[in-house]
Amino acid sequence: MFLAIELAWWQLTAIKLGAVLTVIPLGSLVLVYVFLFKMMSHMQSRLGPMEAGPHGSLQVLAEAGKFLQKEDIFPARADRTVFALAPVVVIVSTFMLYAVIPAGPDLVVEDLDTGIFFALAVGSISVIGVLMAGWSSASKYSLLGALRAAGQLIAYELPLVLAVVGVVIQAGTMSLQGIVTSQAQGEIFGFGLIGNPFILTQFVGFVIFILAAQAELTQTPFDMPVAESELVAGYMTEYSGFRFLFFFIAEFGTAFALAGIAATMFLGGWYVPFLPDGLLGNLIGPAVLGGKIMVIAFLIFWMRFTFPRFREDQLQAIAWKFLIPISLVNIAVTAVLKVVF
Amino acid sequence: MALVPGVVKGLGVTLRTMLKPAVTVQYPHVKEAPPTRARGVIALKEENCTVCMLCARECPDWCIYIEGHGDKAPPRREGGKPRTVFLLDRFDIDYALCMYCGICVEVCPFDALFWSPEYEYSEVSIADLLHDKDKLGEWMGSVPEPPPLEVGADAKKK
Amino acid sequence: MSVTSQPAPTDWQKASYVSAQAADARINLELETEGMILNIGPQHPATHGTLRIVVRLDGEEVIWAEPICGYMHRGYEKLTEVRTYPQVTTLINRIDWLGSFANEVPFILGAEQLMGIEAPPRAQWIRTILFEMARIANLTLFLGDMGVQLGALTPVFYAFRDREYVLNLIEAATGGRFHPNYDRIGGIKDDLPRGWVDECKGAMSKVRNFCDELEDLLMGNEIFQTRTRGVGVIPASIGLDYGLSGANIRASGVDWDLRRDAPSPLAWKEVDWKVWTHPDGDSFARYWVRLQEVREATSIIDQLLDGLPAGPIMTKVPKIIKVPAGEVWCHTENPLGEMGYYIVSQGGLGPFRCKIRSASFSNVSIVPWLLKGVYIPDVITILASLYFILGDIDR
Repeated sequence: MFLAIELAWWQLTAIKLGAVLTVIPLGSLVLVYVFLFKMMSHMQSRLGPMEAGPHGSLQVLAEAGKFLQKEDIFPARADRTVFALAPVVVIVSTFMLYAVIPAGPDLVVEDLDTGIFFALAVGSISVIGVLMAGWSSASKYSLLGALRAAGQLIAYELPLVLAVVGVVIQAGTMSLQGIVTSQAQGEIFGFGLIGNPFILTQFVGFVIFILAAQAELTQTPFDMPVAESELVAGYMTEYSGFRFLFFFIAEFGTAFALAGIAATMFLGGWYVPFLPDGLLGNLIGPAVLGGKIMVIAFLIFWMRFTFPRFREDQLQAIAWKFLIPISLVNIAVTAVLKVVF
Repeated sequence: MALVPGVVKGLGVTLRTMLKPAVTVQYPHVKEAPPTRARGVIALKEENCTVCMLCARECPDWCIYIEGHGDKAPPRREGGKPRTVFLLDRFDIDYALCMYCGICVEVCPFDALFWSPEYEYSEVSIADLLHDKDKLGEWMGSVPEPPPLEVGADAKKK
Repeated sequence: MSVTSQPAPTDWQKASYVSAQAADARINLELETEGMILNIGPQHPATHGTLRIVVRLDGEEVIWAEPICGYMHRGYEKLTEVRTYPQVTTLINRIDWLGSFANEVPFILGAEQLMGIEAPPRAQWIRTILFEMARIANLTLFLGDMGVQLGALTPVFYAFRDREYVLNLIEAATGGRFHPNYDRIGGIKDDLPRGWVDECKGAMSKVRNFCDELEDLLMGNEIFQTRTRGVGVIPASIGLDYGLSGANIRASGVDWDLRRDAPSPLAWKEVDWKVWTHPDGDSFARYWVRLQEVREATSIIDQLLDGLPAGPIMTKVPKIIKVPAGEVWCHTENPLGEMGYYIVSQGGLGPFRCKIRSASFSNVSIVPWLLKGVYIPDVITILASLYFILGDIDR
């Protein structure tokens, strides 16, 4: 470790756990404030929350507090255990995503050799949580939402994975820290200053990843499961209070994590040219990653606030007939070019 | 599916709107003034009222409650008979019922009722929305002059 | 159960309770066997108010649908029997609360026909201007609202933002944003305040900009088009059978507009304007026709403002208006469709009986036929594109 103190394994794990548990709510709350409150408002020609704190910055805390003090409602015919467990499953899936995202040269909870594979695998656990939520709510609206969600999330796992394969081929490793390093040390036609961010060569993969991430987050234009004007809140309809807060944090936490993964794989992660080594590098790295996450989150939320939503069958058609074939072609082309060059 | 043109134009619209200043007004720190003719609250000019009860009768909701009594006033000139005048005991408008239609203001033959654009009189208890004679008289302070009329209007009455 | 005694229910109450239970039981029994029953409404973000649509689903496909109106019935026709003409004018503003001024006009015109009087030209022109402004206020909300039903959150804010200009102008002239109560038998209440004409022209150009923006943002959006093209196609003959009117029928290709086709003392024949139709009859066509109608309304208003005649705004009418006995049917092309009043007068201070033909009631009658075989998201699209206002359905 760069801190020149020898820490026991359990102390290190405790620190990492604490860091992750702080980052997740912080990250999701920042996203909620910047994009959901402020960016959305300005796109709609209005100001958003302005009263709580300067320019409404404390509104998010007020919202969290509001959710925490609400009554814990169980629908009468709901399956209590499953109903209570569903948000836990979803949020556990989100938490596990943060285990592999590197925030600095040494700042990663566990640099797995199969980093990105692990991330995508645990990311799909949330589908189970969604199905549990919809089924146990004992409401037709929730059930409809959950079924739509299950179909959509499973369908869009594939383009997500296939888009990533192109990056893995180009980087030569599945470890996220390794992907950052290979971008940092790469060259663009011999010009090595800014490394080789994969967005340049994997632009198609980037677009597919963003669209698939949009669908994984059930954001418009893929938000059929949570179609507000039809199903009220889809599979989350019957949830209130802190259970709804779990879903909410899970959604924005996953948005933060997926944006982090996209930034790591396509924009170079924590790397910025002339990054110093040691402690300073580990302080600047997270800031750089944070900035890149904001850029990607901007794209994701920009699309969310502009477009109407697709119908379920159109959604599936886009995934199966459009995104998957293109990503397969992308993989083939990348593989060929990797061997050739 | 050529997704590029329409969706991209849409993204451009939202981006442009985001970069322009917002149009909302930060009420209550900043207040927009309603137009002169805005129907905010009805004001009563008590000296003009002759308790003819036309406003109470014509109100679609019957939200005006009037009680009055007759009295003798001094004659107009020396040696004449004392005149009977009617004075208001009670003139209440229940703003919980009022539809803000303006029929009472229009129908009053003696110009005792006026519209004022004042709108900030919400109360915590619904019974406080019954404005009595004195409160209605206070609203007279906020009654604006009628606006000048547009070109081409017949500048006749009022 | 409460311990204190309550008066025994009357026979009528008992009978109505039993029949309500029986009606619900009938629905449950008839439909219990196949598919899932879903109640869309009466509390639902997608219906414009308290409309309940019971659908029977097979998976996500609708196999049977029935709209149940009446949650917002306010007893207008009964109210008109016991109110005077000025009071009725005030009340009927609230039938179609978005197209504010447009509700008053057919009633006033009908009463004027019975009295045999005509308002002076300036009043007719100003009436037409406000009528078209009501149309703009109503339809701009539709343009944004259909976006929200489909998931696009931003157009509705632009709609409200640009609608404010129109509402402020209506307030400057009449005193009320939503319920002007401005039409009188024989003319209009007040003349326009100074500067209104120029402000109105400015507002019209802003509304035109809004229409262009919305074409880029929503109508040109491929996602929107995929959601609305071919969805909810109404053939012209079926539409006419069900009594559809307004943009709904013009979007099926029927060239019918009461502003041009019915004689009216209002000033539409004085200006150059066009009736927009679309051959497709699907939800996209209905959206497209209404967008063009908003543009056309701005052009009509501009022409009317340029040529506004000078003069009085009220003919000579007695202080207490008693409309002579007779019956009259008067209808106009309101923003939602054809609205008409059949006024029966017996010479009193108020109408003896007034039958209100509202556009949305007929528009919603096509819902059972139209919703067969569509998916649930398309149900929302179709309901949004038919564009009914609950106050107009239930009165």
